[in-house]
Amino acid sequence: MEYQVKNISRDNFEQCIKCTICTVYCPVLSVNPLYPGPKQAGPDGERYRLKDPEFYDKALKMCLNCKRCEVACPSGVRIGDIIQNARIRYDRHPVSIRDRMLASTDEMGSLATKISPVVNTILRLRPVKAAMHLALGIDSHRTFPSYASRTFEAWMRSDAPDQTLFSRQITYFHGCYVNYNNPALGRDFVTLMNALGYGVRLLDRERCCGVAKIANRLISQARRDAEKNLGAIRKSVADGRPVLGTSSTCIFTMRDEYPHILGLDNADVRDSILLATRFVHQLVDAGHIRLVFRKDWKKRVAYHVPCHMQRMGWAVHSLELLKMIPGLELIPIEPGCCGISGTYGFKKENYSTSQAVGAELFDSIRSADVDLVATDCETCKWQIEMSAGVPVANPVSILAEALDIEATRQANAL
Amino acid sequence: MNSNQPTQHYDVIVIGAGATGAGTARDCAMRGLKVLLVERFDFTAGATGRNHGLLHSGARYAVTDRESAAECISENMILRTIARHCVEDTGGIFVTLPDDDLAYQATFVDACRDAGISAEIIDPAEARRIEPAVNPEIIGAVKVPDGAVDPFRLTTANAIAAQRNGAHIMTYHEVTAINVTGQRVCGVTLRDQRTGALKRIDADLVINAAGIWGHSICRLAGVNVNMFPAKGALLIFGHRVNNIVINRCRKPADADILVPGDTISLIGTTSSRVPYDQVDNMEVTPEEVDILLREGSRIAPALATTRILRAYAGVRPLVAADNDPSGRSISRGIVCLDHAVRDGLESFITITGGKLMTYRLMAEWATDLACRKLGRNAPCRTATTPLPGSDSSDRDAPVSHGKHHIIELPTDHKAAQARHGSMTPDIGLDARNESLVCECEEVSVGEIRYAIRQLHANNLVNLRRRTRLGMGTCQGCLCASRAASILGNELNDRPHALRDLCNFLNERWKGMLPVAWGQTLVEAQFSSWLYQSVCGLEPDILPPSLGHTAETPTHPSLARQSSEASPND
Repeated sequence: MEYQVKNISRDNFEQCIKCTICTVYCPVLSVNPLYPGPKQAGPDGERYRLKDPEFYDKALKMCLNCKRCEVACPSGVRIGDIIQNARIRYDRHPVSIRDRMLASTDEMGSLATKISPVVNTILRLRPVKAAMHLALGIDSHRTFPSYASRTFEAWMRSDAPDQTLFSRQITYFHGCYVNYNNPALGRDFVTLMNALGYGVRLLDRERCCGVAKIANRLISQARRDAEKNLGAIRKSVADGRPVLGTSSTCIFTMRDEYPHILGLDNADVRDSILLATRFVHQLVDAGHIRLVFRKDWKKRVAYHVPCHMQRMGWAVHSLELLKMIPGLELIPIEPGCCGISGTYGFKKENYSTSQAVGAELFDSIRSADVDLVATDCETCKWQIEMSAGVPVANPVSILAEALDIEATRQANAL
Repeated sequence: MNSNQPTQHYDVIVIGAGATGAGTARDCAMRGLKVLLVERFDFTAGATGRNHGLLHSGARYAVTDRESAAECISENMILRTIARHCVEDTGGIFVTLPDDDLAYQATFVDACRDAGISAEIIDPAEARRIEPAVNPEIIGAVKVPDGAVDPFRLTTANAIAAQRNGAHIMTYHEVTAINVTGQRVCGVTLRDQRTGALKRIDADLVINAAGIWGHSICRLAGVNVNMFPAKGALLIFGHRVNNIVINRCRKPADADILVPGDTISLIGTTSSRVPYDQVDNMEVTPEEVDILLREGSRIAPALATTRILRAYAGVRPLVAADNDPSGRSISRGIVCLDHAVRDGLESFITITGGKLMTYRLMAEWATDLACRKLGRNAPCRTATTPLPGSDSSDRDAPVSHGKHHIIELPTDHKAAQARHGSMTPDIGLDARNESLVCECEEVSVGEIRYAIRQLHANNLVNLRRRTRLGMGTCQGCLCASRAASILGNELNDRPHALRDLCNFLNERWKGMLPVAWGQTLVEAQFSSWLYQSVCGLEPDILPPSLGHTAETPTHPSLARQSSEASPND
């Protein structure tokens, strides 16, 4: 046996050298001094929790799970994972009805789309919002994203162009948001990929990626969904189709939270789970495909880096693609977390923290005087649209809109 | 801070503030004697602060030394009641590995039962269930009432109890002479380590409880006790690997006990004879680290890959039987010598041998003898009277709540409660002083001030022993400067604090050096960047105004203060 060749600890917590850099990058700590901060909540607290679970601090639920601490950490400590795992392992409080509702994006979505006009109207009524605020603890400042009358999956089944005509094929992980709220983004994705000569397939019985269930400690449900997704992903990859998504959070969850939080080994397919912009940018960068854009498309656009995009280190792909659009004037804005963090910002106890975290970003966007903010995360979109009052679009939608489809097809000899 | 000014005549002077000395001072004071406890450095600076922190059930000695085993289990049960805040009832298991003789288990269990120690054979699968860190290959397991005891807290609590019963305490005073008139000891001469000043203090009786250093104390009195220093090295792992004490079920050997102590786990020990002149220079050798890792990984495989914070070594005071000056027949039991009977020197007692577990019994024997010699007749009450921190009257007193926190009790309050027990309210934690000094071990500003003001702490090493300051992952990197700042303000002596900061950082490095690889090495490098490269801290380049003021100790003996510091410290 070899001794001490390498030190192993849960989520690398023993790699911490207490440099405290993570503390500087924590968006919560800078607005809410009641939060112990990533170092204390993470590797420091872990030692005490190993001594006695009684040392679990409920303040850990203030963590956004933005993983900015992990990006900052020079020692590779998975601080965000330590905190999420501690919440899952040590928080003995039952998950509330509200949290279950917020986490059940798939279930709620499939119900709501069936009667979307009614649901959309009701959820916007002041008395309903007030009642949800009081009875459930869903903050009345929030508006739920409206539900589509028809799911993206339904459109793909009956109305999408024939995808079998393409020689190259990919699988699209659309996620709950595209399916139930914004099928237009899915259609934009299909437009873009078709223009590049790729046919789009759906994942066999796609489930929610599980990010909201993980955040709300519904771990066994999240794991069930994740196992099904992984099975379908394996099949797709075996058939030579990588799995692409348009939501940075869904993709991040399947790549990193599955192994680190749910304990599911995805090493065999992890490299084939990609964000669409990374996939396309790599092809363009390698000279395999060319993009041709419309001359008449002109907009001032700011790009907001979602936290999970930051964690994956992939913002460069979306940015580089956007910069290829000749009519797109890219306006720099403050980097930083928008504060919503999925279901976090919907909870009334988190609303003020959530808004305080994003305040600088919102100011920066308002004063940038842009037509549009581009971002790869749907919850960032809701937060920025509500708090900065500027429309937000996914880079894939912008690319699809600005693309000269015919010219692109010709340039790629399709 | 020794606020209580000592008078010049005492019934008893106790030399040495380890567990035994502090326990003896407490016992003497509780029996109405006028007591002075003197210590050349700090509480627990010797062997008390450099052991496993194991609350022995006695099982380890059951086969080889039935008497010690019986003493251990009896004291084990006593400490669980009188020192609740120093003890953690982790339970213990003795495991048999495939290459150990399983037949030994039966011998072991029988011996335990003979000594009055409950020993229950359990299924290896059950052992793996209750302690997942144990080597899964074990073929046998026995459950015993082992636990963990914090020797720092235990000794401090004894010292406070002594003080509450009227005893005076002088730390950083070294005995330079045992004063003798005729054939009778009449007191000691002390050197104040801070000023170098000599003080003569008279007493009717002197009790030598200086552990291995008692050898020199005896020489000062002109008597000879043959002590054989036995060095034991240990390793501290960065976090709790196990939550139950794991022992190896075989004849006692190297590295066969893994103890969960507070936030960490400890593997030990080795055992080797060292020359007496080396007892102040204990360094852990690479060979010892190898043995500890190799053998330790046999009982808990995770040790092979767990970060090690530091290594340290202590010295057991083994005493040769009087009729055997060669040292071949060594006793590990308690040795209580009345030098009047043994050497014809009246009013001088040496209490030594024994072990941390039996400190209270050692104190009782020494105090019984002292009372006989002084013609006092008072019963020993130390086995039934709770120590400060474990007083039943205020044990459930809640700690104060400072700021509105989302949780019931902030973790630093919980940590302080675990360290100080019923004395916690004395800290007076509130919003003004609950910021953390030591983040790894959750030590607040309030707790540091409390230790300086009430627990005889006047340097950073003292503070570490009272509070766990600097004992965590960063080994003082973040907290040392913060604590030094508080120390400088509290003592109104910033030059002292600055010098002390250097001492403390060097002392931490001494323990990290034998295991300086991986993140422990990175940590040390990071500390040196911060303190030397960024802040320019360098002991040799301190300006004269900082280096040599009247308040700052300049006596050569103080140079030892930094090397004195123990790792388990």
